[in-house]
Amino acid sequence: MAAVTAASSPPTNPMVLHAATGTEGLPEKVSIRDLEFFYGESRALKGISLPLYANRTTAFIGPSGCGKSTLLRILNRMYDLYPNQRATGQVLFDGENLLDASQDINLLRARIGMVFQKPTPFPMSIYENIAFGIRLYEKLPRAEMDARVESALRRAALWDEVKDKLGASGLSLSGGQQQRLCIARTVAVKPEVILFDEPCSALDPISTAKIEELIDEMKKDYTIVIVTHNMQQAARVSDFTAFMYLGELIEFDETANLFTTPRDKRTQAYITGRFG
Amino acid sequence: MANFASNPLYARRRRADAVSKGLAYAATAFGLGWLVLILGILLVNGIGGLTLEVFTHDTPPPGSDGGLLNAIVGSLLMTVLAVLIGTPIGVLAGTYMAEYGRHDRLSSIVRFINDILLSAPSIVIGLFVYQIMVAPMGHFSGYAGAVSLAVLVIPVVVRTTEDMLNLVPDTMREAAASIGLPRAHMILRIAYRAARAGIVTGVLLAVARVSGETAPLLFTALNNQFFSVNMNAPMPSLPVVIFQFALSPYEEWQRLAWTGALIITVTVLALSIVARSLTARK
Repeated sequence: MAAVTAASSPPTNPMVLHAATGTEGLPEKVSIRDLEFFYGESRALKGISLPLYANRTTAFIGPSGCGKSTLLRILNRMYDLYPNQRATGQVLFDGENLLDASQDINLLRARIGMVFQKPTPFPMSIYENIAFGIRLYEKLPRAEMDARVESALRRAALWDEVKDKLGASGLSLSGGQQQRLCIARTVAVKPEVILFDEPCSALDPISTAKIEELIDEMKKDYTIVIVTHNMQQAARVSDFTAFMYLGELIEFDETANLFTTPRDKRTQAYITGRFG
Repeated sequence: MANFASNPLYARRRRADAVSKGLAYAATAFGLGWLVLILGILLVNGIGGLTLEVFTHDTPPPGSDGGLLNAIVGSLLMTVLAVLIGTPIGVLAGTYMAEYGRHDRLSSIVRFINDILLSAPSIVIGLFVYQIMVAPMGHFSGYAGAVSLAVLVIPVVVRTTEDMLNLVPDTMREAAASIGLPRAHMILRIAYRAARAGIVTGVLLAVARVSGETAPLLFTALNNQFFSVNMNAPMPSLPVVIFQFALSPYEEWQRLAWTGALIITVTVLALSIVARSLTARK
């Protein structure tokens, strides 16, 4: 049985976690080890150790304030934008600790993309929203750029809806389309990992279904992490699920196992809707 | 029980409501009344003198006809230079406070000082520039006039730039960071773009503010009854000419003063309307 309960096993030993998940052979794209996070003096994450497997989708679930978004935002060092926030421990990304001060954060963020809760298209045309990110890293002739923009928009299942109005403002699209534009913008930079921070919470059910379908397809090429409030969504899109509570990782397991046979009482209570 | 209208508590509330509504209307009418009165008097007294000659002839000697060309050109030159000096400084300072130093002490100090500068009497700024430019140079000049106006432009631009950048949601900054955009690029290419209308509005409001200023120019650019584009020499301006002509005993001068006042007011009004429509469009 592939299950671990961090509450009962010391979180300081990642090896226990590895052995227990029973997923030998699956390469770890990111390995989180003994991660602690502080907002000023207050400790928001307590000794988190967790693998994120390559080309798999991992969901972080838990009640509001459990630290799931905090954990996600550590993975691309988004917390660096704000003062008085710091992380200790290790987050190994292809074996390299991305918490190291020597990390080039901008290059790191190009490799670990992020899609946010609210769609955030840049105040420019649809075409430019995509091309903008590409130009940061590559100088392409016009025709090649056009092809890259098209392929990113196709990737995000948006091409057919916008191909005749690429010059229109990104802000003129509907909420669901804006979110897919943001996904296109993220994949255009060719990341290896994509972080989704409650990507559907501002969207209607049809747009949500489209995005979930996309996420499912995208894991062929990317390692995906998704934070969600919606347990059905976690169950639908993810291969692995981490349940967090009050800054601790309570349980990490294959999604199917976690939702059918949770090991921890708290996990059970949460997934059956008794709190959260 | 269902008849609230006869309930004394309810009747009292209704009366209080009617009274406060009445007071609010009266206060609004009182405030707006002055504005209408000012515009009305300006129109009545100024429109008669608003001929083509005003824009083609220089200020006349007493007792003859003339226009305001030299004053209008002087005002334009000094205002443009003031904006050229004040805008970059103001935008950069506002950018520092909104983007780089949002949480640090320096920002709150600068913000505090900027607020003082914003409400500083303009005559003080005129005296200050007199002391640092006119006195050492030994003569009044258009440059000194422009600098004193720039000192008035800066705090307005700082304030609006900071406010407008603060309106750009942090999620936009995070989105820019999430594709690996360095901060300076984020500011230049995302935040400025999102806040552009607001920042331009700030500059327009600053122009509106300085275009009517008289006191700082009296001590710096002084005046010049001839046409001059030499900014190193005393330079005429609309407000100073209005000040001089309105106080004069000559009827032609007084008429020109009214016309000049109308021109300034209409210009400021037009700038404010453009500024408003720019922000509204967002």
